[in-house]
Amino acid sequence: MGAQKKGATARVSEDPEELARNPLQAILLADSFATTFRPITLERPKVLLPLVNIPMIDYTLAWLESAGVEEVFVFCCAHSKQVIDYLESSQWSSQPNFSVATIESHNSISAGDALRLIYERNVIHGDFVLISGDTVSNMLLTQALQEHKERKKKDANAIMTMVVKQSKPSPITQQSRLGTDELFMAINPVTKQLLCYEDKAEYSKGFISLDKTLIADNPSIILHNDKQDCYIDICSQEVLSLFTDNFDYQHLRRHFVKGLLVDDIMGYKIFTHEIHSSYAARIDNFRSYDTISKDIIQRWTYPSVPDVLCGSTAIKVERQGTYRASDVTLSRSAHVGSFTFIGQGTKIGNDTKISHSVVGEGCTIGSNVTIEGSYIWNNVTIEDGCQLRHAIVCDGVIMKSGAVLQPGVILSFKVVVGQQFVVPAYSKVSLLQQPTQQDSDEELEYADSTSGTGELQSEKLNGDIAPDLSETASELGTGGVGYIWSVFEGVQDEEWRHSVAPIPTDKLVKLMLDEDEEQLTQDGNVLSASGELKADSDDNGSEDENNEDSRDDYVFFEKEVEATFLRAVHENVKVDHAVLEVNALRLSYNMASVDCAGAIFYSMMKLAVESPHSSASELHKNAAEMITKWQKLLKSFLHDIDEEIEVILKFEEMCLESAKEFAALFPQVLHLLYDKEILQEDAILRWADEKEGADESDKVFLKRSEKFIQWLKEAEEEDDDD
Amino acid sequence: MDFQVVVLAGGNSKKLTPLISKDVPKPLLPVANRPLLYYVLHQLRESNLKDLIVVVEGEDAALHVGSWISKTFVDGLHVKIAAVPEDIGTAGALRAISHHLTAKDILVVSGDLVSDVPPGAVAATHRRHDAAVTAMLCSVPVSGSLESGSSGGKDKTKKPGRYNIIGLDPCKQFLLHIATGSEIEKDSRLQKRILHAVGQMEIRSDLMDAHMYAFKRSVLQEVLDHKDTFQSLKQDVVPYLVRSQLKSEALLNGISQAEENGNEKLSSPNNQVLDSKILANASTPSFHELYSMEPDGSAQTRKTHKCCAYIASSSSYCVRLNSIQAFMDINRDVTGDADHLLSDTSSDRDNIIGPSPKLGSKTTVGPHCMLGEGSEIGDKCQVKRSVIGRHCRIGSHVKIVNSVVMNHVTIGDGCIIQGSVVCSNVQLQERVVLKDCLVGAGFVVTMGNEYKGESLARKEK
Repeated sequence: MGAQKKGATARVSEDPEELARNPLQAILLADSFATTFRPITLERPKVLLPLVNIPMIDYTLAWLESAGVEEVFVFCCAHSKQVIDYLESSQWSSQPNFSVATIESHNSISAGDALRLIYERNVIHGDFVLISGDTVSNMLLTQALQEHKERKKKDANAIMTMVVKQSKPSPITQQSRLGTDELFMAINPVTKQLLCYEDKAEYSKGFISLDKTLIADNPSIILHNDKQDCYIDICSQEVLSLFTDNFDYQHLRRHFVKGLLVDDIMGYKIFTHEIHSSYAARIDNFRSYDTISKDIIQRWTYPSVPDVLCGSTAIKVERQGTYRASDVTLSRSAHVGSFTFIGQGTKIGNDTKISHSVVGEGCTIGSNVTIEGSYIWNNVTIEDGCQLRHAIVCDGVIMKSGAVLQPGVILSFKVVVGQQFVVPAYSKVSLLQQPTQQDSDEELEYADSTSGTGELQSEKLNGDIAPDLSETASELGTGGVGYIWSVFEGVQDEEWRHSVAPIPTDKLVKLMLDEDEEQLTQDGNVLSASGELKADSDDNGSEDENNEDSRDDYVFFEKEVEATFLRAVHENVKVDHAVLEVNALRLSYNMASVDCAGAIFYSMMKLAVESPHSSASELHKNAAEMITKWQKLLKSFLHDIDEEIEVILKFEEMCLESAKEFAALFPQVLHLLYDKEILQEDAILRWADEKEGADESDKVFLKRSEKFIQWLKEAEEEDDDD
Repeated sequence: MDFQVVVLAGGNSKKLTPLISKDVPKPLLPVANRPLLYYVLHQLRESNLKDLIVVVEGEDAALHVGSWISKTFVDGLHVKIAAVPEDIGTAGALRAISHHLTAKDILVVSGDLVSDVPPGAVAATHRRHDAAVTAMLCSVPVSGSLESGSSGGKDKTKKPGRYNIIGLDPCKQFLLHIATGSEIEKDSRLQKRILHAVGQMEIRSDLMDAHMYAFKRSVLQEVLDHKDTFQSLKQDVVPYLVRSQLKSEALLNGISQAEENGNEKLSSPNNQVLDSKILANASTPSFHELYSMEPDGSAQTRKTHKCCAYIASSSSYCVRLNSIQAFMDINRDVTGDADHLLSDTSSDRDNIIGPSPKLGSKTTVGPHCMLGEGSEIGDKCQVKRSVIGRHCRIGSHVKIVNSVVMNHVTIGDGCIIQGSVVCSNVQLQERVVLKDCLVGAGFVVTMGNEYKGESLARKEK
């Protein structure tokens, strides 16, 4: 490793011409850092799940190879061993001009961690393609890559090109055909620069808001609701170092992309490349699994189709999109409908009807079985008379005769469904018990904590599962084995959104009605607001809420700053570092430096009050020490007069509320701040002016510091006289 | 065409003092020696829109305007003058004359628009889409960009100003969002519902609402009746219509149709929809129609109305005279780049130099100048990029650069006038120097005075 590292650094320092000849590299994240595919992903990593009978990662790798990528780094975390073993035994380990190297990690909980680790390894030497291992595409990279390189040459800040594709979300459910939530992107139509990326915009309700500076800077912006993010990114090297610099970036979109768009200090830019005729989509949830499977069967993804990927000998494509492996045993009376895939060694009994489905290898399907829109993986046994509609059935599942799967059911590995048992719609069934520590915390949502535990559990299971399961057998009928996972509160309503099953019509009707109702109420708002002249065309309700939100945010922010400050005091952190930390907080809470100044001053004074003192003069001394020691920190956030005034206001507020002891010392401390050149006289005088018109009760402190202000004014006049 | 035109000519505008006064209301303010209102009326006549109501603020102003119109446009235009009280806003003015409105569609034009965009094209766009409202949008004028301009040019920033934030559909036919006034300084809030229906919205800040609208009369009258707080077309009525285009049940429910049927002028509503479809040459339904359909494509359940945009080509000229700066710009442009606005066949055609002015010896009149009828200029004068009105007496050794001099002005020997506006009947005595000044009507500047950047006007008695 060391030698390689040395080589790498040497190469980086070479001139750009040399860099251009670097082989095209790609980072493939073989971990989605999400839990959408649970319970299946507890036992097998998502990238190895079969998509039309071929593991997803093969589609991604095949595309990378065809797109001219020469070096792929596969980052694996959850079930890393399975991924590594698979890659070693697969064709990919022995391709000429296409090297696949794995990077293993056990403690990465997000894409951000992964990229930080890759940065440390120092293996990326130029532009690279960032992709996750569940992406299916057939697009040509050349053009996008060229655009990226040219932009980069002109503007060093153009560090990323995102691939997007037209896809209008359903007007009723507001989600795309891939089951992802609606996405709003603002793009400059000329430069294609991405200006705004909102994937979770529900908090702003009926409106989407665009920052005024964006509009000021771009005479024309196109706001898209009809584009889909393909999750294929062409990145420059800087992206990796950015992740390292911003250790709080976790999610590629939610943190990184949005972070860059919001941050106007560094000025990094993201651009988009739209593909029109080629295919690119990522499997993000069960619905996209369903959609993309169908796209593959219907050959939209050509050449990423099973008969090409496996070598055309094994699989025959028949009319109406039926794929059949060579040695399928099919009863004469069985009916295999259109757009269906039947894998090797599968046996299908009499009068069985299969349509729009995928059946894997080595399955045994009895007589009078109905399979519709379902995905049946390998070595599954389905006994006579079973009915499956829009379900996913993993390896080794046994369905006893007469069992029924209602739409949206997921049966994980080796589950056994008892005779005549009806598995209710949208159930998720697994041999593993539902992890109990799950909560709705967002951190956990993409922090796939299963990496270790899942494997442990499954090992245990393989040993002796019998005692565990006997008691739960009833859950899946007589002779059934497995747990039905309960659905969390709140998620329940949403289950149908991301399920393999199509959205039931009654849901659609309900949504329509809901929307209309919501419209009516909203109309009321809009109408009344606009009725009262235009001065406040914002509806007042949401305005208040926004204020509420931002106040909450501020409280959290203040607490964080205080904690940072205390740490700085106790651990003797250098002022520069403290400034950095507060700045980081400012960015992550999206605060202005006014807020920082206020919060720091608050923390300082609070500490001064809290440190032991017996009299007012001692308190004054405390405060003086505090201010002297940390004035540099405070000053680095006082860029102009407004911020200084904020400090005074903050102090006033404290004297009234949290630290009444200071009330008596108000003028002294004000004077102190003036002496230390933290506050300019302009700021104090402006504050005094502003307060002049206030209520009597607000003027308490103004009166107390009257003398000082008087003195200031006189001093100023003297200055003027000079 | 069954179109009625309402010209909101205004009357008194504080922004334009001291250029306008009781005697010279805004519509009659001379721009390149023609009353401002001439430009709009001329364009309307060219577009064959002849059924006009000119709305003027104040009775006196209305009389002035009326007599001028009857003098100038004797033939061809059927003009009704309506006087409305001052300060009731554009919507208020329309409300006041609402009973005069009878045609199916109403074109509302601001009287201070100096433009070569044919109003007929806006009307046609409106008809083609059967829209509730159609707004004319034009590129933001570049103000004070005169290369050698010493007047207002230097203090203007390079960046063109922003007047509106406008959202358009991908075909640039429909108006999806409009923000005016103080709203453009805030973050824009765009309706998701409209975005969902359209898919993508182009947001432009380089377009300006030129204040030329075509309304469906029934819609306009209903909005005016029901929203009695609406004062301005631009800030209240149009944004309201745009905002509610996908949920117009409050507006057009039954009432308008009943009314239209009662009117008997029109065929049945169904036919109308059909007509508009044929006219729009649309095989695919617009997003409004799609949105109003049930998912199964059957009957319409949601009421929608269309808000259209007519975008003037970037080469066309379109400026509103609503500030002194605009006044200077328009004077400059009309005598210079946009002189096609003046070339017409009407009787009192002004040459760049009128037929009878007398020029003294060694007096030079540069390009982009205009000299009105009967004006006299003495010896050794220089006139550059300026407009001089009728019957002016200008002495010798006078220099006039980048300025507007109106009618019956007397300028003494040795005056220097730069970047200034000198209104009618002003007397400048000898050796007066004016730089970036405004001189109100009838003012007398005494000998040898020098002014810079000042506004001089007689005290109102």
